[in-house]
Amino acid sequence: MNARALSYVLASAALVALTALAFAVGRYPVSLGEIVNLLFSKVTGGAHTLPANVETVVLQVRGPRVLAALLVGAALAAAGTAYQGMFRNPLVSPDILGVSTGAALGAVLGIFLSQGIFFIQIFAFAGGLAAVGLVYWIGSRLRGHDPLLALVLTGVVIGTLLGSAIALLKYLADPYNQLPAITYWLLGSLASLSPRDLATAAPFALVGLVPMLLLRWRMNLLALPDDEARALGVDVRRLRTLVVVCATLMTASAVAISGIIGWVGLLIPHAARMLVGPDFGRLLPLAMLLGAAFLLAVDTLCRTIATIEVPPGVLTALIGTPFFLWLFALSRRPW
Amino acid sequence: MLTVESLAFGFPGRTIGRDVSFSLGAGEVMCVLGPNGGGKTTLFRTVLGLLPPHGGGISLEGKPLDSLSRREIARRVGYVPQGHAAYFAYTVREFVLMGRTAHLGVFASPAKTDLAVANRVLESLGIAQLAGKPVTEISGGERQLALVARALAQEPKLLVLDEPTASLDFGNQVRVLERISALAASGISILFSSHDPDHAFLCARRVLLLAEGRVLEAGAPREVIRPDTLERMYRVSVQVVPLPGGAHTCLPAIRP
Repeated sequence: MNARALSYVLASAALVALTALAFAVGRYPVSLGEIVNLLFSKVTGGAHTLPANVETVVLQVRGPRVLAALLVGAALAAAGTAYQGMFRNPLVSPDILGVSTGAALGAVLGIFLSQGIFFIQIFAFAGGLAAVGLVYWIGSRLRGHDPLLALVLTGVVIGTLLGSAIALLKYLADPYNQLPAITYWLLGSLASLSPRDLATAAPFALVGLVPMLLLRWRMNLLALPDDEARALGVDVRRLRTLVVVCATLMTASAVAISGIIGWVGLLIPHAARMLVGPDFGRLLPLAMLLGAAFLLAVDTLCRTIATIEVPPGVLTALIGTPFFLWLFALSRRPW
Repeated sequence: MLTVESLAFGFPGRTIGRDVSFSLGAGEVMCVLGPNGGGKTTLFRTVLGLLPPHGGGISLEGKPLDSLSRREIARRVGYVPQGHAAYFAYTVREFVLMGRTAHLGVFASPAKTDLAVANRVLESLGIAQLAGKPVTEISGGERQLALVARALAQEPKLLVLDEPTASLDFGNQVRVLERISALAASGISILFSSHDPDHAFLCARRVLLLAEGRVLEAGAPREVIRPDTLERMYRVSVQVVPLPGGAHTCLPAIRP
């Protein structure tokens, strides 16, 4: 078995082990035997002799949360992988490009207008798309600057602007009902997810993912200078637009159910690229496996290390910030 | 193969050259000489359809260039740009395989036949040993050859090379010129630019002198490369010296 295949196998094994662990640990510990027993009885339709509490904890409390961590982690990692490849910029990710903040603004507007999860998704997608469009448009017009930096700085600045629009909505929101909902949601959390949220978000993420999987070979050509990719027969503008829309759809689907959980989309693509190289077809599946495993590990830690829950965004920032600075210090090196 | 008729070219909103006409037959080599900023790269980008013409016409195999899709152009014309900024550590083999894009379906990945083409091209350029190395870790000369390999993987009928010898050492320059001659002998038409008139003497059948966006003269190297034309283009004195055996070389005079 070569090193690349080994990366997939290890990542998959880690994901399975973490999933089992996430079901088992918590305020109400469940043994692995009980989980297997319960799942077996659910699959075969037979009865089980486990306490009712076990079924409630596994299927209704931890089930949606574990699935949400997997979905959000994989979606953010896939979006980050796509953004880094197509902007030829290893320092970008959904949060740095302002996509997450744009999607959050859309979602907050949805909450403010008392919309259901479906329209919150749509608003989040529109907000994310507007943000990335604006950032890319401004970034590509700042000629004479280091293009790597121009895109990152524009993303940060537009993110701040959108953040103040969120602040305005919070100020205007009903302080007893909407404001707590908006605030808790913005902290980034997987705690209060319902199966309905998941069922609404998953199709959005899937619609974003399928074109990326189908175009996985062509995606590589976006890493070349535009002239070269065009001379090789690619309609660069059309492909890039399509991929931006897909990656933004995936980001929005994650943000709409979990709030802003930063850094996953930056860290994970790099880790995956170190393991299997830059080819998008190999990179994307591994990034999704690692992203899902990473966020599940973070979320499980967040709900077990202290008596109160720590927002997962806090933990990812603790890991992500030094990593970004390290990358930045190395940014004269090839990727 | 390639016909250019009274072409005007430039960037959107700024025309930098006009009245350029030439044609290139199968297996012919044409060298474009001209000072920096004379419009060589812009002319090439226009011929490749990367910039829209500002007037006149370009046709490939008798078909107007603007009637062909990017994919159809890429199946006919290979492009070797002036240097390449590598952002990601693709291996040389992966990089060369990107040349197969125009032969693949939109959702397809390269198949065994594409890999065979890539390997054959790498072999023919003598860089098979680089196949597994990241493009970010090879030398400038090796990267130039990798770019040529990627263009050849397109299986083009016309190869456009923008200053393929720039930034190469003396030996690599000669090796690139040898490749150009060999490719032309195999029937591929070649359009390349250079800063060294001797390169035109060495391997081009025809020369186009391009200064300030206009054709100064065009024709066989020995008729066109003269002390007076070189002096007009580059504003230095040059002797064109015949060598034993019928070859010629350019020798600039240094005035202290």
